[in-house]
Amino acid sequence: MTGSRSFLSRLREGDEIARLTTMVFAGTVVLLTAALVWELWVNSVLPRHKFGFNFFVTQTWDPIMDDFGALPFIYGTVVTSAIALFIAIPLGIGAAIFLAELAPARVSDTLQFFIDLLAAVPSVIYGLLGVFIVVPLVREVIFPALNGTLGFLPLFKGPSYGVGFITAGIVMAIMVIPYIISVSREVLLSVPRDQREAALALGSTRWESTWKVVVPFAKTGIMGSIFLALARALGETMAVTMVIGNAPKIAASLFAPGYSIAAVIANEFTEATGDLYLQSLIELGLVLFLLTFILNGLARILILVTTQKGSGVTQ
Amino acid sequence: MFPIFNRVTIGCNNSVMVGGQTWVSFRKICVMGEMSLMKRLMLLAVGVLALCAIVVADNALLINGAGATFPYPIYSKWFDVYHNKFPNTQFNYQSIGSGGGIKQVTEGTVDFGASDGPMNDDQLKAFQDKHGSGILHFPTVLGAVVPTYNIAGVSSSLNFTSEALAGIFLGKITKWNDPAIAGPNKGVNLPATDIVVVHRSDGSGTSYIWTDYLSKVSDEWKSKAGKGTSVNWPVGLGGKGNEGVTGLVKQTPNAIGYVELIYAIQNNIPYGSVKNSSGEFVKASLAGVTAAAAGSAKDIPDDFRVSITNAPGKTAYPISSFTWLLIPEKISDAGKRDAIKGFLKWMITDGQNDVEALSYAKLPKEVAAKEMKALSKVQ
Repeated sequence: MTGSRSFLSRLREGDEIARLTTMVFAGTVVLLTAALVWELWVNSVLPRHKFGFNFFVTQTWDPIMDDFGALPFIYGTVVTSAIALFIAIPLGIGAAIFLAELAPARVSDTLQFFIDLLAAVPSVIYGLLGVFIVVPLVREVIFPALNGTLGFLPLFKGPSYGVGFITAGIVMAIMVIPYIISVSREVLLSVPRDQREAALALGSTRWESTWKVVVPFAKTGIMGSIFLALARALGETMAVTMVIGNAPKIAASLFAPGYSIAAVIANEFTEATGDLYLQSLIELGLVLFLLTFILNGLARILILVTTQKGSGVTQ
Repeated sequence: MFPIFNRVTIGCNNSVMVGGQTWVSFRKICVMGEMSLMKRLMLLAVGVLALCAIVVADNALLINGAGATFPYPIYSKWFDVYHNKFPNTQFNYQSIGSGGGIKQVTEGTVDFGASDGPMNDDQLKAFQDKHGSGILHFPTVLGAVVPTYNIAGVSSSLNFTSEALAGIFLGKITKWNDPAIAGPNKGVNLPATDIVVVHRSDGSGTSYIWTDYLSKVSDEWKSKAGKGTSVNWPVGLGGKGNEGVTGLVKQTPNAIGYVELIYAIQNNIPYGSVKNSSGEFVKASLAGVTAAAAGSAKDIPDDFRVSITNAPGKTAYPISSFTWLLIPEKISDAGKRDAIKGFLKWMITDGQNDVEALSYAKLPKEVAAKEMKALSKVQ
């Protein structure tokens, strides 16, 4: 009976209520995810039966002939996200290190305010920025420069229309940099003061203490900011469709037009009349979910491996 | 009390919030136990009165529709004008796209649909199977699609033959100075630059009209790409919406794309002329679009499912099309049936006067007369 009494008293004190309530809330997240996968799975029966695994490896997307393959969209999504992270990671982490470690507090806080503002800008605004600034820039400056110097690589072959993988990647990089800076800065700021002081006391320079002690200590959190950026990049729709060219083709050149999963769903869902067509779009949604899942999983494994090497302490 | 409240919130449009508020005051009454009986009765009376007022004011019959985005401006204008004329009828139209309109009317979640392309035989059969009766197409207005381009150093309006347009969009004509383009444009100094083709990336009635035309004039297009709201484009970049296509064409040197006539007129976008089936180069205009419809009026089938691209007639603009309302043949609710028929009758006659102010082309008289007769099929 003591057990039940203590349960009752705990209930009265609110602990048990709080535990149960928050548990239900947390459970909702799992349920929502499961429901999402279930919906996507159930509503993509037709293409799964008709195309099977071929859906992932064929390149045709023909609503008239009812022939659908997801490869160009998977390719476009992965390539644009990779370009975005390639640009955003060094810039974002560099900026975060400056803000957290090197800049005076007042400068850091002011800049942080603007960075938070950037993170709140709707993606269609970034799309417009892309259309009016990045597209001409890519066509008239970046392409001639890269094509002129590294044009022998298939990556930088022409022609360039301004829209394409690289343009989408650049716009996405601009969109995700605020996330990386914001989260990484917070993580770096939360590194205990004695870590820095110990490094300095051992005779390291300020940069050495930052790069060799503080950054490794904050590595997990910085990785977290990169996941956030990756998740946003993979699912980004509006800004991407405005600058990627919307051509479901696989091309070696980064300047060629392409397509991404999120963009094709947004573009074609409203007018998808046939059942197979509609369900193929839903299966694309499932593919995007899987892709996010796999990439996130890979990133987590990467973290496990790197943290086990023992440089940093997880928080 | 519950059933009454439920009926209020479900039965009348716009009354959900009002009903909710009444519900709150009712709960207040329940809570205020210490109030005198007199006061409670008075409050109750006021509440009931308010309820009656809501029921009286909001008893307009709500008819739901969904579908094409292209005619949305004229539809919302029509529904508004009609509601002012006949306050007892109110239309609620969601412009979710032609595909969505066909799907929702087939599933019976809306009272009528709307589409930029006629329903195909499979879709008609699906409707028949589900409802045991058919669905009717009623043309409402006409639209057209025009070629727009951006070539450095060329400011004059270009003439396009059907061979040139099909060749360009198939990716077979790749230079602006190709004889197929230069031929009908004597005196224009066309450069030897690569053509950049721009098409719609989103599924759209505009693409349907454009590809319907290309399928009619080119067998190769018909077998390679076909007609539809989205097709497997042989070449080119995709822009989202008319504004996306326009943006890409304006920004990309040597680009060609296609946009709705209305969009081109309202935004002062230059566009080219197209050779019609009589061999004349016609620059799209509202009159030319109505002429195209009139030219094919005598061949219009009784179900109005007709494509008028490449229509006969000297003044007919070849890339134009009807847009349709999709009305179920059997409407069991008599009130809704009468309201829908009343609206259609008004739309075919008086409603057509509002059309040109919004840059749509009117129905030709022959088609309007034919639709008037078809109204009796709605039962």
